[in-house]
Amino acid sequence: MIAPGPEVSTSTSSSDRRPSKINVRVLRQDGPGTPPYWERHQVEYEPDMNVISVLQKIAAQAKTSEGKKVNPVAWDCGCLEEVCGSCTMVINGRVRQSCSALVDRLLEDNSAEIELQPMTKFPVVRDLMVDRSRLFHSLKRVQAWVPVDGYYDMGAGPRITRDDQEQNYPLSQCMSCGCCLDACPQFNKVEVQRQAGESDEAFEARKKGAYESEFIGAHAISQAMLFNSHPVAKSLEKERLEVLTAPGGVQACGNAQNCVSVCPKQIPLTTSIARAGRAVTFYAFKKFFDR
Amino acid sequence: MANNRVLVVGGGLAGLAATMKLAELGVPVDLLSLTPVKRSHSVCAQGGINSVNDQTRQQGDNEWNHFDDTIYGGDFLQNQPPVKEMAYWAPKVIDLMDRLGVTFNRTPEGFIDRRRFGGTLYKRTAFAGATTGQQLLYALDEQVRRHEVVGLVKKYEFWDFLGPILDDNGRCVGAVAQDMVSMEIRSFAADAVIVATGGCGLVYGRSTMSVFCTGSAASRCFQAGAKYGNGEFIQVHPTAIPGADKLRLMSESARGEGGRVWVPRRPNDTRPPKQIPQSDRYHFLEERFPKYGNLVPRDIATREIFNICVNEGLSVDPNRMCVYLDLTHIPRHELDRKLGGILEIYEKFQGVDPREEPMKIFPAVHYSMGGLWVDYEANADGGLLPGSPRNQSTNIPGLYAIGECDYQYHGANRLGANSLLSCIFSGLFVGPGIVNWMKNNKAAADLPKSIFEGAQSKHQERHKKLLSQASAAGENPYLLHQELGDTMTRAATVVRYNSQLTEAYDRVTQMLERSARCSLADTGNWTNQNVMFTKSVQDMIPIAQCILKGALMRDESRGAHYKPDFCMPSLSATDPVERKKEAEKWCDAFDENTRKFLKSSVCSWNGSEPDLAYEDIDTRLLKPRPRLYGLVGAEVIEEVWKERNKAAEQAGQADGKSAGKKLVGAV
Repeated sequence: MIAPGPEVSTSTSSSDRRPSKINVRVLRQDGPGTPPYWERHQVEYEPDMNVISVLQKIAAQAKTSEGKKVNPVAWDCGCLEEVCGSCTMVINGRVRQSCSALVDRLLEDNSAEIELQPMTKFPVVRDLMVDRSRLFHSLKRVQAWVPVDGYYDMGAGPRITRDDQEQNYPLSQCMSCGCCLDACPQFNKVEVQRQAGESDEAFEARKKGAYESEFIGAHAISQAMLFNSHPVAKSLEKERLEVLTAPGGVQACGNAQNCVSVCPKQIPLTTSIARAGRAVTFYAFKKFFDR
Repeated sequence: MANNRVLVVGGGLAGLAATMKLAELGVPVDLLSLTPVKRSHSVCAQGGINSVNDQTRQQGDNEWNHFDDTIYGGDFLQNQPPVKEMAYWAPKVIDLMDRLGVTFNRTPEGFIDRRRFGGTLYKRTAFAGATTGQQLLYALDEQVRRHEVVGLVKKYEFWDFLGPILDDNGRCVGAVAQDMVSMEIRSFAADAVIVATGGCGLVYGRSTMSVFCTGSAASRCFQAGAKYGNGEFIQVHPTAIPGADKLRLMSESARGEGGRVWVPRRPNDTRPPKQIPQSDRYHFLEERFPKYGNLVPRDIATREIFNICVNEGLSVDPNRMCVYLDLTHIPRHELDRKLGGILEIYEKFQGVDPREEPMKIFPAVHYSMGGLWVDYEANADGGLLPGSPRNQSTNIPGLYAIGECDYQYHGANRLGANSLLSCIFSGLFVGPGIVNWMKNNKAAADLPKSIFEGAQSKHQERHKKLLSQASAAGENPYLLHQELGDTMTRAATVVRYNSQLTEAYDRVTQMLERSARCSLADTGNWTNQNVMFTKSVQDMIPIAQCILKGALMRDESRGAHYKPDFCMPSLSATDPVERKKEAEKWCDAFDENTRKFLKSSVCSWNGSEPDLAYEDIDTRLLKPRPRLYGLVGAEVIEEVWKERNKAAEQAGQADGKSAGKKLVGAV
């Protein structure tokens, strides 16, 4: 609900110093395989804006700062309160959600302009929209689920201690936004282009193959650890460790620790990676001696 | 059933629950969603999910009480069998979510912890921090991914549902949808289509809802002949954080964990909140509603906050309307453990730590109680008959609706923490009925191709026509949407007047014509968000018309629908005898109003606007009774009400054969 009458800012900081216009520089790309290019936009400043409201204005005016008519900038967004992960992009050089990127803060750092780029490790679909299907594919690989018998009423689940809940809940808040992957030096971009005449199935299979030859990343490692510590989901522990032992598994981590510093939910990703490292080592030894 | 398939549209809690249940029953599912399903709007639900539990049971609670609270909280506007079934399933739903690994908060001994929510006196609400919706959604997303790996589920993410496909007999046999990346339009043959596309908050411009909650999928079903029920019942949540792009929810759980709503007693008190002594603080909800305090049902809390700001001039901010929601008296570690998620949201978006400073909040459009009309089949106990193909079916055979986009569970006002329950419940419950539906019908895949091609080409034409509209003189879809939002917010939120509703209806009807002339900035055919948005704006308008028409025709106040010109007054007499007489009259007026308006408003699309009809409510289990929160003289009215009921019962017993001869108060 909007309160009747015009809304006026209540922010305390010096509103008189604020510009009347905001300059925005956007790295655009018309589609996969086409060259990216920078474009400048200018929008009216309003109090309490975030990057989403800037992009909404850019879409409505569809004109560059030179007045040239252009297509609206494409971008992805959902909840606008930083729980869905959709609106992730690189803002002033840092990967983050655009909903929680507040314009006043960004202008404090650089009053001249705001710079928006798509995420760098995922194929661009158009402008600021990227294809993050690889990230969901990784969740399949580590079988990030509880393998229950079915959905009939079988009574309550296992008793969980408060300590375990408090350890698992932060990991379970991961919204698959991909910040940890975008910031990771070991996580390389994989872009598979469809070949002429290739069927859906053949294309999907080729993509999967390409994804699986590369580092799986902090996101999926952390989810593997979450499910390995669940009393029932533990039954797939070996299968998960097998994936983390294979090439592209946990040993590919270079310990740069960027993942944990960019995670918007402050998930202890490096702790998960360390746990995974120990579990994988133990698993490898055990497998060696059990032969 | 060999070549049967079901199409599920929408991958929030309801859509995912339906998908996984159908997969368990061996039915292949195509799951279509505007967004990767893990990013659906259900992630925004914060506070929790209700059910009777071992602890409340020993305090006198049971499933019937949960049912009664839901009906009473909804001001009796729900058909009762589905609500009863839901309340009785609630403990099983929570057990299932527990087994799926949801990280519910735990007691020191390891049981699921519970908190209290609005409209009940019991601690029924299970929660996972303050991100319960997210946690529940992830558990279902994981299960669906499991079925995806074995090939029972095929996901179509970044696809928009354009409309159902009906055969010559009016049966739904699939849908047409569009890939929002490649812009491909294609048909999907399906033996049943389940629409689980959530609410319609975007009709109001800004709300607490996610950007995909436009209501356009429901509207496309409506325009294809499905009925839309109780559209005028839109929940305005009492506590949200105003923002330029969105009004962010501040969960009811903040009050459930002890948060207090207050304003300074003196208008324009400029002291910082922490320097205002207790005696100068007006805890208006606690003072006016001693029994429920800060946890009165949402419609009541919203009106009180609105009233305190608009009519009593006690807003805590001179420049905008808001009141304090105060958590600062609760220890920091407890806040972090139970409310961390929502406190972070406030901190991130407002730059103020709510553990140190009271939050500033104001009501915001939050939930659509109304939605697609759906059927049900009751059993002998007044619950639902499991496996009936009628359950959750729209009036178009083969087209089902579940979750927030059906109208079935919440009546005139939804209780907090009942939405997650209704979504998961309706999703799980619809599956077996659909299996039975498919047994008795010819497989959609075997129908003539022409049915599908015809539907597909109709949508291709609409798309092509829109892309050809690039003249600068046309309407800008983004500005049109803003105008729609402003119109709806002014006329059809907390307080409603017929003059404003009439004016808004006319304006919105004109917007429908104007929306046909939208001009596009992008006429390309690759990831064209411009054209997809324009289509959804066009389709938001019929839903806006349903809301306004329903509100205009309903000359009463019920739940979230409040008309000052038509509400039951408080008692004014002070003399006890006079007061009792007044209460008698009050009860007569209540009965009369019940006879007239205890009905669902049901809209059908006539090609240019909704036609409205009324339908009786199934009150087979609970007799409607007045909701008296905060009314002066409530105790006298209640006394008279009870006397009348007793008399009616005795009359019924004494004269069993001609019962109903003069059943005072019975409806």
